[in-house]
Amino acid sequence: MKTPVSHMLLVLFASFIGSFGGVFLKSGAEAVRGGLIYLFISKDPPFFNWRLAAGVAMFLLSSYFFVLGIRPPGELSVLYPMVSLGYIFTLLWSRIFFKEPLTRVKFVGLFLIVAGVFFVGLGSK
Amino acid sequence: MNAAVTDSTQISDKPARRQPVGLVFCCTILGAAAQILMKTGANHMAQPGLLGMATNLPLMGGYCLYGLSTLLLVLALKDGELSLLYPVIALTYVWVTALSFMIFHDDLNPWKLLGIVLIVSGVAVLGKGDRR
Repeated sequence: MKTPVSHMLLVLFASFIGSFGGVFLKSGAEAVRGGLIYLFISKDPPFFNWRLAAGVAMFLLSSYFFVLGIRPPGELSVLYPMVSLGYIFTLLWSRIFFKEPLTRVKFVGLFLIVAGVFFVGLGSK
Repeated sequence: MNAAVTDSTQISDKPARRQPVGLVFCCTILGAAAQILMKTGANHMAQPGLLGMATNLPLMGGYCLYGLSTLLLVLALKDGELSLLYPVIALTYVWVTALSFMIFHDDLNPWKLLGIVLIVSGVAVLGKGDRR
């Protein structure tokens, strides 16, 4: 394994920020009133849908750190499984911030997807 | 007046049937196309720096598609659960792997195929859960 720890930390950080991007996008999406024209205008003061903006900013930041992390000599077979951690974080945040039920369907689906991302990474030498 | 208000809320509640998982599905296709465009753009950088990026059509097209795919994600999240929809974004890996194989002739091996099958079945499981 030649992947430096710094690259692993970059990708871990990227998935962490990305999972919070999802949280802000979700709470921003709930504030959107009607159609998408009102995307950044929320129905309540201060009217600027800052949650949505924060979510988009976090996604951009996350992809920036992700790209830094997967540069050579970072190996995708090591780094992709760390991306999957973002999905697990998101499950936690959904429970904590939105009180979404954690059902068996979600656990099974998530497990298959995490395993899938692992194998795609393993095959990407 | 009151009846009209109730009616309009009922109409705005209805899009719950828009099937958020389907929206995220489209969102991953756009996201994969964006990545392929960005890769094409990065392979043909005429000049380095911000100006080179801004005048790079495939790269800019990629960013636009990313924006569009985020819009779809917001629409989906309006009606759907985050814990259900967020993992579905992993479908992007499936499209990118397939497109890289077809366009850039990247290698496709049993590990990648197994990964694709697992991701697709995971999304299928989540998609079924969404319909309830």
